[in-house]
Amino acid sequence: MDDLLREFLVESAEHLDTVDAELVRFEQDPNNQQILRNIFRLVHTIKGTCGFLGLPRLEALAHAAETLMGRFRDGYPVSGASVTLILATLDRLKAILADLEATGSEPAGADADLIGALEQMASEEAPAAAAPPPPPELPPIVERELKPGEVSLEDLERAFMEAPGPDDFPAAPAIEAPAPVLEAPAPTFESAPEPAAPVQAAERPAAAPSAPAAEGGESAVAAKVQTIRVNVDTIEHLMTMVSELVLTRNQLLEIARRHEDSGYKVPLQRLSHVTAELQEGVMKTRMQPIGNAWQKLPRVVRDLSAELGKGIDLVMSGAETELDRQVLDVIKDPLTHMVRNSADHGIEATNERLKAGKPARGTIRLSAYHEGGTITIEIADDGKGLDLAAIRKKAVERNLAPAADVERMTDAQVAKFIFHAGFSTAKAVTSVSGRGVGMDVVKTNIETIGGVVDIATELGRGTTFTIKIPLTLAIVSALIVKAGEQRYAVPQIAVLELVRVDPKGENKSTNSIERIHGAPVLRLRERLLPIVTLEGLMRGQATVEEGELVESGFVVVAQVGRQRFGVLVDEVFHTEEIVVKPMSSKLRHIPLFAGNTILGDGAVVLIVDPNGVAKLVGQSAQSGAATETEVEETEAGDAKATLLVFKGGAGGFKAVPLSLVTRLEEIDASKIEHLGGRPLIQYRGRLMPLVPADPGIEIRSEGNQALVVFSDGDRAMGLVVDEIVDIVEERLDIEISADRSDLIGSAVLRGRATDIINIAHFLPLAYDDWARGPRKTVVKAPSLLLVDDSAFFRDMLTPVLKAAGYGVTTAASADEAMGLLKGSAGIDLVVSDLDMPGRSGFDLVAAMRKSGGRLAEMPVIALTGTVAADAIEQARRLAISDLVAKFDRSGLLAALAEIGEAAEPAARAAA
Amino acid sequence: MQAANGNAVPTDTTDYVTVFVGETMFGLTIDRVHDVFVPAGITPVPLAPREIVGLLNLRGRVVTALCLRRRLGIPGREAGAAEMAIGLEQSGETFALIVDGVGEVLKLGADTQEPVPINLDARWRDISLGVHRLDGRLLVILDVDALLAFGDARESQVA
Repeated sequence: MDDLLREFLVESAEHLDTVDAELVRFEQDPNNQQILRNIFRLVHTIKGTCGFLGLPRLEALAHAAETLMGRFRDGYPVSGASVTLILATLDRLKAILADLEATGSEPAGADADLIGALEQMASEEAPAAAAPPPPPELPPIVERELKPGEVSLEDLERAFMEAPGPDDFPAAPAIEAPAPVLEAPAPTFESAPEPAAPVQAAERPAAAPSAPAAEGGESAVAAKVQTIRVNVDTIEHLMTMVSELVLTRNQLLEIARRHEDSGYKVPLQRLSHVTAELQEGVMKTRMQPIGNAWQKLPRVVRDLSAELGKGIDLVMSGAETELDRQVLDVIKDPLTHMVRNSADHGIEATNERLKAGKPARGTIRLSAYHEGGTITIEIADDGKGLDLAAIRKKAVERNLAPAADVERMTDAQVAKFIFHAGFSTAKAVTSVSGRGVGMDVVKTNIETIGGVVDIATELGRGTTFTIKIPLTLAIVSALIVKAGEQRYAVPQIAVLELVRVDPKGENKSTNSIERIHGAPVLRLRERLLPIVTLEGLMRGQATVEEGELVESGFVVVAQVGRQRFGVLVDEVFHTEEIVVKPMSSKLRHIPLFAGNTILGDGAVVLIVDPNGVAKLVGQSAQSGAATETEVEETEAGDAKATLLVFKGGAGGFKAVPLSLVTRLEEIDASKIEHLGGRPLIQYRGRLMPLVPADPGIEIRSEGNQALVVFSDGDRAMGLVVDEIVDIVEERLDIEISADRSDLIGSAVLRGRATDIINIAHFLPLAYDDWARGPRKTVVKAPSLLLVDDSAFFRDMLTPVLKAAGYGVTTAASADEAMGLLKGSAGIDLVVSDLDMPGRSGFDLVAAMRKSGGRLAEMPVIALTGTVAADAIEQARRLAISDLVAKFDRSGLLAALAEIGEAAEPAARAAA
Repeated sequence: MQAANGNAVPTDTTDYVTVFVGETMFGLTIDRVHDVFVPAGITPVPLAPREIVGLLNLRGRVVTALCLRRRLGIPGREAGAAEMAIGLEQSGETFALIVDGVGEVLKLGADTQEPVPINLDARWRDISLGVHRLDGRLLVILDVDALLAFGDARESQVA
């Protein structure tokens, strides 16, 4: 295939895409001459070039389409049918072009069907109402600059001359037009009346490769900036070379650092600077506006709209947002798919919309914007929203999750089922979607480039998909660490912080790693962080064997999804901008690595993939070994709970929310004393009662005894357990057991049935008065309403609150809470979660404040996952007494106590 | 057997780069050999298929190094023993084949060519195209594509 043809193919494909989009716009705005001119010109260019290159089939088709468009220009009304016909013609053109690209020659075949239809439509009499065409004004047309390899003007003009213009067609409106004479080289505007020829003669020079005149900013095509076409391979090669340059520069810097000879320093600095700029510049060439991936969408939506018989508008914003072309390629198809989905499933049929009181035409909003180092893309429709009930039902039917699980899931979690392969609740399979294929691919594609998808949906109001993806994949900032003899690069994006750890006892002020039955954990700001060693991971094990753990080094605190874990490394060097090189095909299956790179000193290092690490660790945990510290890749948005799992009584597994645990201890059993028949131990200068976690547990008399320490104020209790197993973070479904007061219920953790113990049962066993409002004599236990959509948190907090001496009523939603508050006078205060599906905690409080009377004054404590500034502001407006982090048990109790104290004097004053 | 293994060897004379592993001499068609170099600074890749020694930097390219000894299932060389590497390319990727030593280039005709003996170890047979009878010793011709076809079936090992 010669260069000319290849150039033609690339360009024609681009032109056709533009025409696609422009036609859809034109259909909505048929009076816009600007758009029509654009379309006309592009089709004509294609036709002309085809004639020149000797492609008769393409030429005939383009000609017929041009004829019909010529009639539009003359005022023939633009109907949906005619646009559809032209679009169909464009599709045929594209198909022929595709063949041409593959085989190098025009495929055999006839297009009589389309040409016939086009001719017929063009020859139909315009309705009488159509006024004689207003003479289209001829502002200087906008021209694109000449691209490399493009056919020269002379050639083109000759081709144009040879190609029959629309006016040669017998059916063309009989407007007096000058015959194509030499002075009028481009027949494009032949049908224009009046001084067409001179104007065109003047126009043509404007097509010279100088700056294109951007005119009438209205037209997207017209707004094209000056560009040149560069082969992608060239840019990739440039990128590689720049990467090499960066590496060489780094090596030079390394050498200069060792030599004191300052003669190098200045030019080296300069080189370094230039290299950095060059790198940035080349990176920029790889960036493309996301609009490139959107170009086809107006057409897609228009076709769907026609096919499905519903009016749909596509509103796009932020098309100029740039991202790496590699990323762009990956998200192109998912985006198209999601838009199709929104059009088919999201937007209701017109009559349904009218019934629901919505505008007849549905809207799909596509927007993109930069946010930090990521790009956020939103696809929002104003359709019917996801039918969560149907999804729940389907999820159970398809055995994706047990019915009980599904019942308890939040709406956001349920919505995510649509990402499962083969999942569809569509009642009928349309040609567009409903086959349940696609959304899983969408998710996979987005995840392969480190992106995440979230769904927000409201029944009757619409669905919004939010995609967050990284800007580029090629260069990342990474932390260079050492484990064993090897160095590794850890992408900075996953690293939350670095913590230095030293062996225990050496220095009080530093952190040290503690062990729970061999599983290393680190206390980090009152939370336990499971630790894995990078060295261990590299041997393929997430476990850390006894004695092998180097107790000093650095813990890289990483976050994947909502899961945090620490990776222990021996040394941390520095951060470096690294060029990510893909792993060899032989090594790509290793989940631990995202790629490799060459460092400044020329050494190859592997780039650790935090997702892979999380996955590997999760896998080893599932393999059943009980002594593993485990971390699990989590799905963002799931309400997970961190639980401490231990063995106690007849080998059964038990668990307690980690947030309730103060410390984990292993004590020398010989130190256990018995006072009055009760086991006690001297612990931190006090006597701490010990209570077995299960009647079946015998307190050991020799060796080590594992304890889980709970404390409240200055009291502490040691729960005696057989063995501490691990810490798991999992979404919990507790089957409540009614018959045993020492258990909240049981749940399945890591595939094992595990009892969740009720701490409220054990506290009174240690201190008789603990459960009865320990330090204060409360005349009447205040009654409290706990509102939280998560059954787990309700179950977890209820015993805590009861133990603190409150009467607890629970509600699962704002509506239920409101009902309870109105119905019962006995509630003194409300503790409510803020983030709830449907009506939020704020809505609840607003409703309370509005309803007046007792409810307007009632103290409210809000529980929140994240404390944002605007949330604090809103809380203040609604007179919420306190905002407490959701897992901060002692914070909640303190806040409650404060309210109690404030209320007491007030009550006394009133009495 | 004869037909299956013998047909891929060209009938005219072919140039072979000879390499040594232990006592055996192997030949690689010269057009597949891009480089001969002394491997240095190999970064081991944890959890990799056992044939892979690691990654190395060859003039700014990251190259996957595989050990011919391990590929053939023979014991590794002693620590400190000399190594050489042959740069091979397959579908855009560069590999370095680590061998004990590299010998001269031999021009061999079809007349000395023999099919792979059927009693040869299966692992060897799979990656050999034939054997040349030379004066005093034999030259086993390696099939570069077969040589590089490994690891895929092994994925479950580390997964």
